[in-house]
Amino acid sequence: MSDETPILELEDVRYRWPGRTSFGLSVPAFGLKSGETVLLLGESGSGKSTLLSLICGTVTANSGRVTVSGTDIASLSAGQRDRFRAEQIGLIFQQFNLLPYANVLDNILLPLRFAPERRSRVNAPQDEAIKLCQDLGLPRDVINARAGTLSVGQQQRVAAARALIGQPSLIIADEPTSSLDAATQITFLDLFFVQSRVHGTTLLMVSHDARLAEQFDRVVQMSDIAKVERETS
Amino acid sequence: MILRLAFGSLMARALTVGMTILAIALSVALFLGVEKVRTGAKASFADTISGTDLIVGARSGSVQLLLYSVFRIGNATNNLTWESYQDIAARPEVDWIVPISLGDSHHQFRVMGTTTAFFDRYKYRSGQSLEVRDGAIMSDLFDTVIGADVAATLGYEINDPIVVAHGLASFTEHDDQPFRVSGILEKTGTPVDRTVIVSLKAIEAIHVDWKSGAKTSGKSTAAHVIREMELQPQAVTAAFVGVKGRLQVFGLQRSINEYKQEPLLAVLPGVALQELWQIVGIAETALIAVSGMVVITALIGMMATIFSSLNERRREMAIFRAMGARPRVILGLLVLEASLMTAIGAILGLMFLYIGLFIVQPLVDSAFGLWLPIDPPTLREVWVLLSVIAASAIVSLVPALRAYRLSLADGMMVKI
Repeated sequence: MSDETPILELEDVRYRWPGRTSFGLSVPAFGLKSGETVLLLGESGSGKSTLLSLICGTVTANSGRVTVSGTDIASLSAGQRDRFRAEQIGLIFQQFNLLPYANVLDNILLPLRFAPERRSRVNAPQDEAIKLCQDLGLPRDVINARAGTLSVGQQQRVAAARALIGQPSLIIADEPTSSLDAATQITFLDLFFVQSRVHGTTLLMVSHDARLAEQFDRVVQMSDIAKVERETS
Repeated sequence: MILRLAFGSLMARALTVGMTILAIALSVALFLGVEKVRTGAKASFADTISGTDLIVGARSGSVQLLLYSVFRIGNATNNLTWESYQDIAARPEVDWIVPISLGDSHHQFRVMGTTTAFFDRYKYRSGQSLEVRDGAIMSDLFDTVIGADVAATLGYEINDPIVVAHGLASFTEHDDQPFRVSGILEKTGTPVDRTVIVSLKAIEAIHVDWKSGAKTSGKSTAAHVIREMELQPQAVTAAFVGVKGRLQVFGLQRSINEYKQEPLLAVLPGVALQELWQIVGIAETALIAVSGMVVITALIGMMATIFSSLNERRREMAIFRAMGARPRVILGLLVLEASLMTAIGAILGLMFLYIGLFIVQPLVDSAFGLWLPIDPPTLREVWVLLSVIAASAIVSLVPALRAYRLSLADGMMVKI
C-alpha cells in the first residue's frame, strides 16, 4: 500500500497565531509515507485547521520543520509556497468547495492554472476531468453545469476530482463527508478511495467521525501528535 | 480561464453588477453627450458666418464688432460713413461688399437693412447659402424677409403686414410705413433666424420724417412720395467684405485699420469667433467638469459595490488561495472585474449616446438650430473611454487591496 519515502514530515513544529498569545500549537513529530492513507481524528478546537494551514504553507511555523515531498516549506517565499501548494497538494473542504458561478470543468481545472508542472502531467485536461467525473459516479453532462446548481454530494465529488487531477503527491481532505447524509457518505468515500488508490495518492483526512477508521491504513488522534497551548489570563 | 471566471463572477451578481454598469453607462453617455453638444455648438458657432473674409465697422473691439454685426447683440458705437464704405468697395482687392444697417427692431427681433447681395454672399455652416422657404426676397421698397424663428414665434405668413419700431425696446413705431412679409427663410441655426431683413433703402425710407433720432412732429410723408425719393444712406453699421485672393486679406485689413479719414476696424470673422469662443468657453469647461464629476461618482459607486461584496466573497477568495492563487491574483481578479464592468458600461454608454443622438438630432436642430453630427467615435472620445476604464482600474485598487489583505489573513480557511 505505501512505501517508506515520507511525503509529509513535521518535526518540533511550534506555531503561535500572530496577535493571539492565548493560542498556540506544537507538533513534536508527525509524518505520512508515500501512498499512505491516514485518518486524523480530533475534536473542535484541537488545532486541526492550524495544522492544515501549516502543511499547506498559508502560515509558517515559528520553529521546527514542515517538509512536503522533501521540500522544507519555510525555505520558500510566500509566492513559492502558493505555487508549491498548487503543485503538490489537492484539497477538499467540508463544504463550499467550488466557485458556484463557474462550471464543473473550470472548477476541476482551476488548480492546474496555478501549477504548470501538475498541468504538464495531464495530456488532455478536459478529457481527464470528464474521466474523473465519470469515475466518481457523476453524470457525463455534469461537466458543463454550473457548480452552484449541483447537490452537495455532487459538489463534493467534483471537489474530489479537482483534488485528484494532475496527481498531486498529497491530498488533504478536511471533513469532506460531514455535510453529507449517511448513504451519500458511504458512496462518496468508496468512490474516492478507489480513485485515490488508482492514482497512488497519499491521503490525509481530518475528521471527528471515528466510524471511518477501518477504511484507512492508519488512524491518528490529534491529541497524540499535537499539543494545544492555551494561556489563561 | 481567469477572464471567464471573472465574467462568471459578475454574472452571478447580475442585479447589483447590472445596476453598477447602468450607472457607468449613463455617466459615460452623459459625458460623451456633453462632448458632442460642446463640439457641435463650437462647430455651429464657428459656422455662424463663413465665406466672408472681413467684417468692417467703426473702430471698437473685434468681439464687439462681431457681436453686433453677426450675432445682433449690443450696438455699434458708431457708424461707417457711406463715403468710407464706397472707398472700401472701390478698392481693387475687394471682390464683393455687403452693407448692413442695424438699429431698429420688431418685437424682440432686430431689423437689418441690407442689399439683396446679402442673400448671395452670406454663408454659414461651411459655405451653405440662405434658402427662402416661402415667398421670395424683397422686390418692393417695403418688402421684408424674415428669419424662421421670427415667423415661428410671431406666427407670420407671407403678405402679413409688420410695423418696425424705432430703435430697440422702443415705444415709437414706424407705423406710417408698414412692411409686407415677402419671404420667410429656412432655419439656419444662425442669428439670421432671428432677424427681420429689409432693404437698405427701406431703412432710409422709414426715417424720412425723422431727424436726430426723433420723429419730426406732425410730419408724415406718404409712401408713394417716399418711393420717388433718392434714398441714399449717409452711413451703414457695418459691411461684410469678400476679397479676390485670400493673400490680400491681411493687406486690406491693415489698410482699413489705418484708414485716415475715419477710425475703422476690419476683423477676420474666424479670428474674432475664436476670441469670442474663449469667453463662452468658461461655460464649456464648467459643463465638462460637471459631467466628469458624474463619471467619477459612478466609479465611486462601483467601488462601494465591490467593497460591500467583499465579505460575502471571502469564501470564493479562499478557494482561489487553496488552489494556489497568490493574493495578488485575488487583487488582479477584482481589478479585472472592475475593468470589465466599466468596459461593458462604456460600450453600453456609447450605444445609449448614439441611440440618443438619433432621437434628439432632428429635435435639437429644429429647436436650437444646433446640428449634432452622428459620426463614428473620434480619437478623443476613444481616449475618454479608455481613460474611464483606466480610472476604474485605479479606483478598484482600493477594495482590491482590502481583498488582498483579507485573503492573506484568511488563507484558505474562512471562519465567517
